[in-house]
Parts: sequence; structure tokens; C-alpha cells
Amino acid sequence: MDIELMINSFPKLLSAAVITLKLLSVSLIIGLFIGLFFAILRLNKNIFINRFAYGYSYIFRGTPLLVQIFIIYFGLGQIEYLRSTVLWVVLKEPYWCAIIAFALNTGAYTSEILRSAFQTIKPGIIEAGKSLGISNKVIFYKIQIPIAIRQSLPAYGNEIILMMKGTSLASTVTIMDLTGVAKYIISTTFKPIEVFIVAGGIYLFMTFIIHNVIKFLEKKYSFN
Amino acid sequence: MELLAFGDTGWGDELFYATLMTIAVSITAMLIGFLFALIFTPLKLSKNKFLNFIANSYTTIIRGVPELLVIYLFFFGGTGAVMFVASIFGYNEYIEINAFITGAFAIGIISGAYSTEVFRGAIQSIDKGQFEAANVLGLNKFGKFFKIILPQTLRLAIPNLSNVWQITLKDTSLISVTGLVEIMRQSYIAAGSTRDPLFFYSFAAVLYLLLTFISMKLINRLEVKYSRGY
Repeated sequence: MDIELMINSFPKLLSAAVITLKLLSVSLIIGLFIGLFFAILRLNKNIFINRFAYGYSYIFRGTPLLVQIFIIYFGLGQIEYLRSTVLWVVLKEPYWCAIIAFALNTGAYTSEILRSAFQTIKPGIIEAGKSLGISNKVIFYKIQIPIAIRQSLPAYGNEIILMMKGTSLASTVTIMDLTGVAKYIISTTFKPIEVFIVAGGIYLFMTFIIHNVIKFLEKKYSFN
Repeated sequence: MELLAFGDTGWGDELFYATLMTIAVSITAMLIGFLFALIFTPLKLSKNKFLNFIANSYTTIIRGVPELLVIYLFFFGGTGAVMFVASIFGYNEYIEINAFITGAFAIGIISGAYSTEVFRGAIQSIDKGQFEAANVLGLNKFGKFFKIILPQTLRLAIPNLSNVWQITLKDTSLISVTGLVEIMRQSYIAAGSTRDPLFFYSFAAVLYLLLTFISMKLINRLEVKYSRGY
């Protein structure tokens, strides 16, 4: 055990963890909107819209995140047309490519979580709203969405933790996040166990915090 | 389309073998995972606090740390660990471990943590009366486990194990960082030499979709088989 290396690498890994958290929070926020959008499409009765939303979630959940990042980072740059548009400003940055991939990926999972939450709302609740003379829009925003959020909290908490682990793939497109820096230190010092303990410890600590925040929210928004 | 031709002119045969490699690594990893689950599930269910602690640490650490970090640990640390064990037995030459074994082992440990949780949940949800009835019938430990508990556990576990399989299958794409030529690595090589990454990575995505689709169909059949009588 090289304790000195562990102490020395801790500040470096900690500052890399900030990048991991940035990647995570930005992609989660974008992914939540994407997920909500596609969950609403899934509830649509039009078969084409429905199939489209299902296809999106099927493709993003059925392929590895690594493939998605590589398609966006290496693949899209190949299209000449894209290089001449404004989009290229975003797509040439590995940071934004990673975020786009993460957001689309978590959006697919989030849409499934929200869809099942919407579908488990008892029809009686919506009927009660209607009989009180509340408009459909207000029923959706003030009744269905709050209930769906409460229903989906446990599953969404898992998704946040999975996504946090997913951000480690950003290191494959040259971003120095927690895993990227850990790999760099391992490959220069050849002390994998020491670095794994420190980096893994930081990841576990973040998992622990997320887990407890979700638990707290679940309690706060529980029905009784 | 000529990019996918078989033989020397295209990448068809290379990608075909890479797909077989992905399947082989996934199955090996899944089996190693079952082995870990076989060890850790009883520890989780045990009444001994210390054994509980060991099993809980295993599942918590593995499920809380990114897969890529675990793979790096095995990739950079695997050789050192094996050489250390060998040196105890007096063998001091350099040993190189095959990328397949390293990869399958790393993914196996990850998949084992998920399988352990699945089996624990399944066994815990079996009615206590079943254990008691088996005792009353005078079955010995093995009979009780293989004839009464295991079939019921499998029925409850298969839907969740199919999720574990999907995770394992997708996680094997990460082994490409160690140089094992599976779908992802082969696409990387092909994309590099033809300068057509969009096509090859999209094709890799299609291959993964195909694998997940086919395995879902097969698992559904298993599910039907094991839920006979319900």
C-alpha cells in the first residue's frame, strides 16, 4: 500500500469529481425534459407518434452508452453539411458531445419511468378532477404531474446513480473526469489498487449522498 | 454496403467474429457472475453479521462504482495480482493474462453483484411455509434446495436476470478499452482505417440491438417454461 500516493492523488481526484458532477447535473436536467416530452408522446393515442417515442427509448436502451457517445463524437463530425452549420460549434467539443449522448440516454430511461408512473395513476383521480370542473390542462399540470413525480422518485433515484456511473465514459472522449484522472494516475504510477480505493471511495460517497437525498424526498412527498 | 463484404475487401467477416466474441464474453461473464452470486447470496441471507457485512460491501461497492473503473483496476492490476500469487509459489517470470479472461472476470464481478441482489430478492419472497413444508416432508438439505427452493426462485428471478443479462451484454462494450476485439473494438479499428466512423458505429449499434432483441425473445421462452403451473 502506497499511502503517500493515495494522499497526493486525493485533491486531484476530488477536483475531477467536480467535472463528473457537472456532467451529471447538466445531462440530468436536459434528460428530464427529453424524458418528459417522450413520456407524453407515449401516452398519445396516435400510433405513429406512439411508435416513434417507443422506438427512441428502445434504441437508446438497447445499445451501449459507449456506442452512442462514439456515434455522436466521431460519427457526426464526418457529415460535411453539419460542419458548416452552427451545430458544429457544439459538436466539435467533446464535452458537449458527451452531454448530448448522456442526456439522450438518460432521457430514454426517464421517459420509461415517467410513462409507467403516468399509467399507474388511478383514473378515479382524473375523473374527480373533471367532476370538480377543472380543465384538462390544469388536471395534467396540477394533478397528474405531481403524482407521477412522486411515483417515479425511487426509480429515478436509481437512474441518477446509473447515470453518475455512466459519466465515467466521458473519459473515453478525452474528458478528464474522475475516471479519466484515475486512469491517468494509474497508467503513470502503475498502482491501480491505491487509486481505485480513492476514486471508488469518492464515487461511493456521491452514491451515498444521492441515495439519501432521494430517500428524504420520498419521505417528504409521500401521501400520508 | 461493400464495406461489409466478407473476405479481404470488407469488414463483414471481422465484424461477424467480433459479434461472436461479444456473445462469448457476455456468456462467460454471466456465468462467472452466477458463481459469485452462488457465494454471496447465502452470505447475504446468513444471520451472521460479519458474513452479511462482507456480502453487502461487495454489492454496494460494485454497484456504486463505475464499470469502467473496475475494468481499469483489473486491466492494470490483474497481471500484478496473478504474479504476486505466483511468486508465493516460487514462480517469478512475467505472466501476461489474456484480455478475454481479464474482461470476462471484470464484467463477471459486476454482473455477479446484480445477480446476487436478484437471487436474494427472489429467495426472500418465497413463502416461509414452503421451507417448513419441505422440513415436514423430511427432505434433506439438498433435496430441499434443489427440488423446492431453486425452481421457485428461478421463476421469480428470471425476469430480473434478463435485465442483468442486458446490462452485462452492454457492459462488454467497455472491455474494448483493454484491446479485446469485440464489436466495439472492431468497429473502432474499421472506423479508423476507412475513416467512416458514422457507418461503423451505427452498424455496431444495430448489432447490439439485434443481440438484445434476440436474447429477449429467448428469455421470454424460458420465462414461460419456468412459470408453468402459475
